[in-house]
Amino acid sequence: MDFAQYDPQGPDFFDEIFEATGTPRPGFQPLIQGLADLGQEKILARQKAAEQALLKAGITFTLGDSGDNERIFPFDIIPRVVGARDWERIESGIKQRLLALNLFLSDVYGDQKIVKDKVVPRELIETCNDFRKPCVGLKPPRGIWCHISGTDLVRDKTGEFVVLEDNVRCPSGVSYVLENRQILKRTLPRIFEQLSIRPVDDYPMRLLDMLRYLASERTANPRVVVLTPGRYNSAYFEHAFLAQQMGVDLVQSDDLLTRDDFVYMRTTRGLERVDVIYRRIGDDFLDPEVFRPDSLLGIPGVMRSYLKGNVAIANAPGTGVADDKAVYAYVEDIIRYYLSEDPILRNVPTYVCSREKDCAYVLEHLEELVVKATDGAGGYGMLIGPHSTASEREVFHERIRSNPRGYIAQPTLSLSRVPTLIGQHCEPRHVDLRPFALCGEGVYVQPGGLTRVALKKGSLVVNSSQGGGSKDTWVLSK
Amino acid sequence: MLSRVADAIYWASRYVERAENVARFINVNLDLMLDSASVERHSWAPLVATTGDKEWYDARYEDSSPQNVAHFLSFDRSYPNSIISSVRAARENARTVRDVISREMWEQVNALYLMVMEASQRKSEPDELASFYDQVKLAGTNYAGATDATLTHGEAWHFSRLGRMLERADKTSRILDVRSFILMPVFSDSGTSVDEVGWTALLNSASALQMYRQLYHTISPQNVASFLLLDANFPRSIRHCVHRAQESLHAITGTPTGGYLTEDERIVGLLRSSLDYAQIETIMEVGLHNYLDELQTNLNSAGTAIRQHFFTVTA
Repeated sequence: MDFAQYDPQGPDFFDEIFEATGTPRPGFQPLIQGLADLGQEKILARQKAAEQALLKAGITFTLGDSGDNERIFPFDIIPRVVGARDWERIESGIKQRLLALNLFLSDVYGDQKIVKDKVVPRELIETCNDFRKPCVGLKPPRGIWCHISGTDLVRDKTGEFVVLEDNVRCPSGVSYVLENRQILKRTLPRIFEQLSIRPVDDYPMRLLDMLRYLASERTANPRVVVLTPGRYNSAYFEHAFLAQQMGVDLVQSDDLLTRDDFVYMRTTRGLERVDVIYRRIGDDFLDPEVFRPDSLLGIPGVMRSYLKGNVAIANAPGTGVADDKAVYAYVEDIIRYYLSEDPILRNVPTYVCSREKDCAYVLEHLEELVVKATDGAGGYGMLIGPHSTASEREVFHERIRSNPRGYIAQPTLSLSRVPTLIGQHCEPRHVDLRPFALCGEGVYVQPGGLTRVALKKGSLVVNSSQGGGSKDTWVLSK
Repeated sequence: MLSRVADAIYWASRYVERAENVARFINVNLDLMLDSASVERHSWAPLVATTGDKEWYDARYEDSSPQNVAHFLSFDRSYPNSIISSVRAARENARTVRDVISREMWEQVNALYLMVMEASQRKSEPDELASFYDQVKLAGTNYAGATDATLTHGEAWHFSRLGRMLERADKTSRILDVRSFILMPVFSDSGTSVDEVGWTALLNSASALQMYRQLYHTISPQNVASFLLLDANFPRSIRHCVHRAQESLHAITGTPTGGYLTEDERIVGLLRSSLDYAQIETIMEVGLHNYLDELQTNLNSAGTAIRQHFFTVTA
């Protein structure tokens, strides 16, 4: 592969690999040399082989509700490499955030000291759509609320990693991290061997250990299940994959029932007890008795079992309050408040429309800003100012004015770029990074994470539903 | 094992087996088209009869032209037992239990699905489809092989085999029933000469010709029926299938064979012993068709009893 044509220059973007055309940043020479040695022809052939392998393995995601719209997640074989020192900061930064957010959740569902001390406005908590009243006073098993997180990170103009979202509800994507690694080890074995790359493959075992830890006080051999909404869910592949990798049952709501406040599953030998539920469905669909009486989904009575301590649920119901985009703006303060430490990873500057001054600024500058609904996820309910029409801005102007609590705004992001195979050559494309962390006896941050890449030239949208693909993320051990 | 999971594994293998057998039926007809013989043998109508869904067909198709019948059996998505519908259903079932079945099994059924989807988009004449049906047959064998070679022979494997064996027994009985009806010597001008080409094709459709020849040296209706019905060791014979199904059923429940505790065990046991002690001469005297008819009814009851026993567990 020839990088002579690769142009890393861009006014607002940081190129992760190249300083200038032909000049890799310190530490990335071996990767570039390895790719150059392999040659264009082989790289193109291996890209094709990797895509074939994904299709054959049926590693797909589903768009919409009918089962037919199935696609492979586009995959680029040029790895995204993160240096050891950068990773050190990311790892300690994510640990710090996860600890602080867990303390925050215990507090908001407990004494609410942080509100009384006026660090986070009371109104913000009380008006949060994801605040779950039934969880007030709850002491979750082992005191942990958020067990699994998938923090979204981007690199700004200077190359600094900053946090875009904490994703402490049901983050998905870790299966692609594991599958991408399997494929890339076969695709680029030489280069992989030459660089010293930290392993990601023990994630499922660590996940299982963490889940079992939640019930190991109560029972010697806890039974863990993964709860999925079913095969039409866009992340169904991942649910099945994780259950398979952990060797536990993948269940749907109808497979479970409660009796005397214990949870059971229907098996070919009758009913069997369930101790830990790794749920991949939203709070709303957990228990129709508590959250959504109109819902046919869910397991009636599961919250009673949970509140009695007869079953553990990961993540705990109610963690969404820490994912609220307006609460996000306070995470740096939350870290200082509970840990008396400075945040290691910074937030993206955020205007919270429920603050009067911010709101006025946002309404004035809609054209430059990205506006997000505070309870939205996955790129829905957004306004991207620079790409918006006057009438779209008018709609958001009205929405923000009538419901300032529902919106935040951020400057347009300058996502970093990395070499990506486009047609016959490598071109710079924008990426983000979602590392996954587990919080059990300690906090484990998987060294790597899902790198999503915007394959369209100039695009900053990495979502798979809008032309995004993925890459394997290599974290160097030195 | 979760009831839903057992259900899906059982049906995944049943549907793969179903698709494979439909491909077998059609392939025989393609073969026969090439041999010039009686018009009846050319006819594609018996293929429709084999499915047991003749009424469904007549309501939607004008005639039994090779094009119509091949499309109906292969690519008609609205017909639930066509190859494409069976393969889709097999894959959907496999997809819901990807965590339980082996990766190799999943990849086989997924590859079959991709292949059938692709073939359905080509506009092929029936006689161009022979290699397609060969591929479907091979895929069925591969799925069964992957199941045997890569899935622990525990409960999941037994459910998979139970589904496959009941389906195969049913399909062998159907093809034997419909073909023998056409092929049976009747009093006619041509005397009672045996339609050797026709009987050979029937054996071929069950991949049974070679093994049959090793046992019998000439083709006779009674021997063919005996081989496909009562041979203990040929893997597509009905008796063999029922034996394996019973083994799996009892491995799942833990009840010793020779007795029963549940309705499904009773029906399968009854089927097994009736096949074990049957004599082909008696069957032929009573009438093969009547015998097969009752057999199919019993196979259906076995399927229903299995569903009630394992797949619908209530609090």
